[in-house]
Amino acid sequence: MKALLAAMFVAAVPMGMAHARPPDVCEVPGYLLFGESELHHVNKTVKEQKRLKVLVIGTRSSTLAGTDGAEHAYPARLEAALAERLPGVAVKVSTLITPRQTVEQVVAGLKKTLAEQTPDLVIWQAGTVDAIRGMGADDFGNMVDSGVGRILRAGADVILMNMQYSPRTETIILAGPYAENLRWVAQQRHVPLFDRFAIMQHWSDSGVFDFFAATTAFTIAEKVHDCLAKALAAQIIDAAQLGPMAAPKIQ
Amino acid sequence: MFTNSRAAGRAGDEVSATEKSRPPAPAIPDGRDLRLDLFRGLALWLIFLDHIPGNIVSWVTIRNYGFSDATEIFIFISGYTAAFVYGRALTEHGFLVSSARVLRRAWQIYVAHVFLFAIYLAEISYVAASFRNPLYAEEMGVLDFLKQPDVTIVEALLLKFKPVNMDVLPLYIVLLLLFPPVLWMLMRKPNWALAASFALYAATWEFDFNLPAYPSGNWFFNPFAWQLLFFFGAWCALGGAARLRDLLRWRSTVSLAIGYLVFAFLITLTWHIPSLGRFVPEWLAEAMYPIDKTNLDVLRFVHFLALAIVTLYFVPQQWRALKSPWLRPAIVCGQHSLEIFCLGVFLAFAAHFVMSEVVAGVAMQVIVSVAGVSLMAVTATLLSWYKSLEGRGQGPRQKPKDPGLVGGAA
Repeated sequence: MKALLAAMFVAAVPMGMAHARPPDVCEVPGYLLFGESELHHVNKTVKEQKRLKVLVIGTRSSTLAGTDGAEHAYPARLEAALAERLPGVAVKVSTLITPRQTVEQVVAGLKKTLAEQTPDLVIWQAGTVDAIRGMGADDFGNMVDSGVGRILRAGADVILMNMQYSPRTETIILAGPYAENLRWVAQQRHVPLFDRFAIMQHWSDSGVFDFFAATTAFTIAEKVHDCLAKALAAQIIDAAQLGPMAAPKIQ
Repeated sequence: MFTNSRAAGRAGDEVSATEKSRPPAPAIPDGRDLRLDLFRGLALWLIFLDHIPGNIVSWVTIRNYGFSDATEIFIFISGYTAAFVYGRALTEHGFLVSSARVLRRAWQIYVAHVFLFAIYLAEISYVAASFRNPLYAEEMGVLDFLKQPDVTIVEALLLKFKPVNMDVLPLYIVLLLLFPPVLWMLMRKPNWALAASFALYAATWEFDFNLPAYPSGNWFFNPFAWQLLFFFGAWCALGGAARLRDLLRWRSTVSLAIGYLVFAFLITLTWHIPSLGRFVPEWLAEAMYPIDKTNLDVLRFVHFLALAIVTLYFVPQQWRALKSPWLRPAIVCGQHSLEIFCLGVFLAFAAHFVMSEVVAGVAMQVIVSVAGVSLMAVTATLLSWYKSLEGRGQGPRQKPKDPGLVGGAA
């Protein structure tokens, strides 16, 4: 039932400027979004305090270039999507985006970040920089694991986000082992994984977006971020059991 | 390793014997086992298919149905054939000559690697010059190293900077550099040599030995772990397989191997269908994951062993199909493995390039896969033809003085 409803998840994308066949739907199959992991703290805060502070920790693929790039990037779009789906809840999404930052550097600054920002939910986008730098995938996994442990101990929930599907650079960046490690940590720690890679690959395979195409326009990039934000909002609401059909999960 | 049957067989004109009618298999093989060529050729095809990103045809490759993949097969068979060729050279010409040949082979592989690196540089320079997309500002950062060609090229020559999918040849070079003393020991005290190999493998897991990579991290294929497979192959070639023969024929051994393969298949099924993941008990998942390719996870090694046991049981050396024209393309590819491996790396780049520039649909994936495998087979056939020309030039009955050296392979 749940899977069926999930499969029906359709996020409408606001129509942008006129260009050849704008993708107007970016469906995500339920199995890519919904799992067994739960966001208990988010559930509690939203229900009891009617507020939600989300912190996105990431690198350059969590934002877009340009003066208004951040407004169109997925963190800002996530704030809008969550606000829409959680009426009456004060949703705030802030970002901590540091280009070229490895997970090692993120973890080093994590204690301070958590103390200052006191987020209810951390969305940790990782992997791309580490894959480019060729840091050992094992070390990467261990570092993410210790970071997740630190966030959980601080009382916040975590969602891990893997890399973008980037077909043009697939023979140059070896993403696989890093994605596997993120999946493994998520599974071990019972935290949701936002499988950005698989979701974008699904859009590519089903012809929603052409990620091979070279372009200098921001239209596609903005649509992708908006779609990612909607999918992410759906995942958060499901994992925090805040949806209309929040039934007990079958173990 | 990269031997071909002619090179190995020239010593005693065994090529024709191998190809026409083989005498009954001796305990220690002195002829060429065509199964080695066949499975190495198949492994080369699978490696090629796996190296094309987003290729639907790669669903046929074994990595989707178990823990190990074609790399294990390739490294093991290469260790086996290296021992076969250089072991004979060691007996006939001594340590110095056999070692010199091993090192010459390592040099050839190094040159092949640098050649592939040049092709790689050409491809990514094209990507850097032609591809723009604000969505991928971060990913394009990987091309920053092109801004420092001095550092990059030197690091590549030092085998520290290794592009994606170009890790196997550097692994090989290191294995060959380690090979002369190991071979010497394998010929005297084979079991001690194997024990030393296991000990190094265990120590690598315990103390995290590896070679450094550039810009950071370590080698993707850790030579100190993967040496186990290579030297185990060598041990098998030098009589180990014969010693294990009875054990390998027991029904219980084969059943155990089949059981493990089924287990591995069921586990990989949960990777493809995540909702099945809940049937894997937590303690088991905790014990198994992550399955480490860099350090040749025990699960992978055992999976390869199980595959080998089952294969040996069901594919006898005198299997008729080994002489059928249908298996010929794979066998020839296996006989020219260095050239065909390099060609496969290049073709995978080319296939990805075509998919990026033209269209990446399923039809195109099938076309580039079939075209690639065909090109590999045609090239290997051509190489065999060249080799036969060279052979004729020397005169049909002339016995080469340097068996291992003729043909330059191993």
